[in-house]
Amino acid sequence: MEYRVLVIGGGIAGMEASAFMSDMGFGVTLIERKNKLGGHLLDWEKLFPTMRLGSEVLDFLHQGVDDKVDIKCNTEVISFNRIGDKFEIELNNSEKLTVDAVLVTTGYDIFDAVRKEEYGYGIYDNVITSADLEKMFCENREILTSNGNKPQKIGFVHCVGSRDEKVGNVYCSKVCCVTAVKQSIELKEKFPDSEIYCFYMDLRMYGMHFEHLYKVAQEKYGIHFIRGRLSESFENQDGTIMVKVEDTLVGRPMKLNVDLLVLMVGFVPAEGTLKIGSMLGLENGINGFFKTKDQHTLTNVSAIPGIFFAGTCTSPKTITNTITDARAAASTIASYLHSHDVDKRSINENPDK
Amino acid sequence: MRDEGKKRIWQEYQKEIADDNYYYVRSCIRQTFFPGSEHTFVKILKEELAKNLYETPAHTTCTGIGYHSDVVPFETTMTVVARQFSLMSEAGYKNYVPSCITSFGLYTEILEIWHEHPEIEDKIKEWLWKATKREFKKPENLAHSSDIIYKFRENIASIAKYKLVNNENGKPLKVVEHIGCHYSKMFPQKGVGGAEYPYVLTGMVKSWGGEVIDYPERRHCCGFGFRQYIVQANRGYSLGCSKKKFESMEPYEPDMIITNCPGCPMFLDRWQYVISETEGKTYGKDGHGIPVFTYEEVAGLVLGYDPWEIGLQLHQVPCEPVLEKMGIRYDPAKKYLGKNGEYLGKPVSPDYLKFY
Repeated sequence: MEYRVLVIGGGIAGMEASAFMSDMGFGVTLIERKNKLGGHLLDWEKLFPTMRLGSEVLDFLHQGVDDKVDIKCNTEVISFNRIGDKFEIELNNSEKLTVDAVLVTTGYDIFDAVRKEEYGYGIYDNVITSADLEKMFCENREILTSNGNKPQKIGFVHCVGSRDEKVGNVYCSKVCCVTAVKQSIELKEKFPDSEIYCFYMDLRMYGMHFEHLYKVAQEKYGIHFIRGRLSESFENQDGTIMVKVEDTLVGRPMKLNVDLLVLMVGFVPAEGTLKIGSMLGLENGINGFFKTKDQHTLTNVSAIPGIFFAGTCTSPKTITNTITDARAAASTIASYLHSHDVDKRSINENPDK
Repeated sequence: MRDEGKKRIWQEYQKEIADDNYYYVRSCIRQTFFPGSEHTFVKILKEELAKNLYETPAHTTCTGIGYHSDVVPFETTMTVVARQFSLMSEAGYKNYVPSCITSFGLYTEILEIWHEHPEIEDKIKEWLWKATKREFKKPENLAHSSDIIYKFRENIASIAKYKLVNNENGKPLKVVEHIGCHYSKMFPQKGVGGAEYPYVLTGMVKSWGGEVIDYPERRHCCGFGFRQYIVQANRGYSLGCSKKKFESMEPYEPDMIITNCPGCPMFLDRWQYVISETEGKTYGKDGHGIPVFTYEEVAGLVLGYDPWEIGLQLHQVPCEPVLEKMGIRYDPAKKYLGKNGEYLGKPVSPDYLKFY
């Protein structure tokens, strides 16, 4: 018999897991609430650490699902019922599905930088986010300050909305450090005469080649890395941004004026994640992302038999890690549906701390 | 700078402010610094807004200055505050209105602590009973007196005799608003507009015709900061804080400064004199300083109160340039007359700061 699987969320994880499950012979329906697949990858021009185009990765993902998976865009789940081992699901297009397993890949949202009020996003004209900057790259827009000049001094603020108890997000978003390195290099290439400063708490260059990129940023591009978290920024009369920060390596407070300030916004659980979690009865961990059945061994498994996770709905991840996680989820679902022995293993409950 | 961004934040920080029957407690130091301000507040509430306001001489210090200077243990502070609440309960009031920003911050902090740790509140009840045989109920509404004026800013505007507008050119006066640190920096949700872009004074200025200017060191402390001033060796730091603010606001050419804290107007006013005497530097035009006001004084001026009745002669930086710009009619000859009309004498004129 053909098993049917519903995948909720058409980003990187949803696409790659669907591709693998389809290839394994499952009937896969992939639903996406927006009008096309790709998730946040649609908004990213070049990817760290290789500067590969995001569109190349998207093309690769599409090869796995186009004409192979039942793709439904502009589609959301409106009701959900468990009947025995199966799930009956109603979609917003009135369609009803009966599936054997559900994979949740609802991803993340970008932290709303307005919440870091002291940085002035949405108030000061020359304060933007890393997502805004990437959009400018994608659209090939000229990057100018609000008064039409090329920025000569540019600041990057790491950990905006991440590792920050004040906004309630104590976790690391994992991708921001290296994204700041990538984007600062890209801006330096556009504005070779500019001075670029990255204000960081720690530089978490854990991925393969991340450290190399960081070294290149310093040695080849002359990016300044200042260890200190901004206390506040403010708009000067001429529209430049004054930042206040402590250089903790020198042990002194400093003030600096920049023409453009880029806030490296982190991950927060997606609105869709919270909504679908509530509908399916899934548990959230202390950081708001979905709680997996075990943090070490069952990272794609939920507390509800037949419902699985992949990608950033459980924690911030890089694209590389998301793709790996999606394939792991596909494999986990296959084990579940075929009642393989590996699926019958258990482990003592480990609290989400 | 985009005002709509600020408006979005302002909407998130609105608080409930009682509309009548206030238990008003005065500040320890405002009576000395700017003695007309609290008098003006009481007059506006009773005579202009017809509100019921109660005071008692049994009220004491909240110990805020001692607490923030690390000389009064917090348990003592909480017990003293419990006694203040017992006076309010005894008088049959529920809406507590402190005049002092530090008191407001301290009351807010204590109520939050008691909310999070009811066992501490129980302990304080026990200690208050042992010490005084008194009992108390917590306020149903806690609002700083600037919150009250903010609440009724449009009522005041509707009966105003003057506006914060330059009489000569019809343009809004450019106003620097300075919020006391203890108003909302500790508990942003308890202040109108939050901590980063507070609206309590901005709202008043806008309603009364003025224009608020935003400058890079707006959030910086005025320089009082208790330890900065009370520890004599730190006074240079206190002066440095104020100077940093003046240097930052000067390019915007403000007509005046409005404040809502006991210490801020004192230090922003007096340090201008000190800077002018030591460096010959003034921050207004033609040797003038930037006049500094409390919000009650500004409300009083807008309502047409006599500047000398509300105590403006006690300012170190003369307020006359603002009175002239607003077109306020006043008698310069009465500036240094006491209540009984007796001439009190004119202070020695500073060397640099223009004086009247």
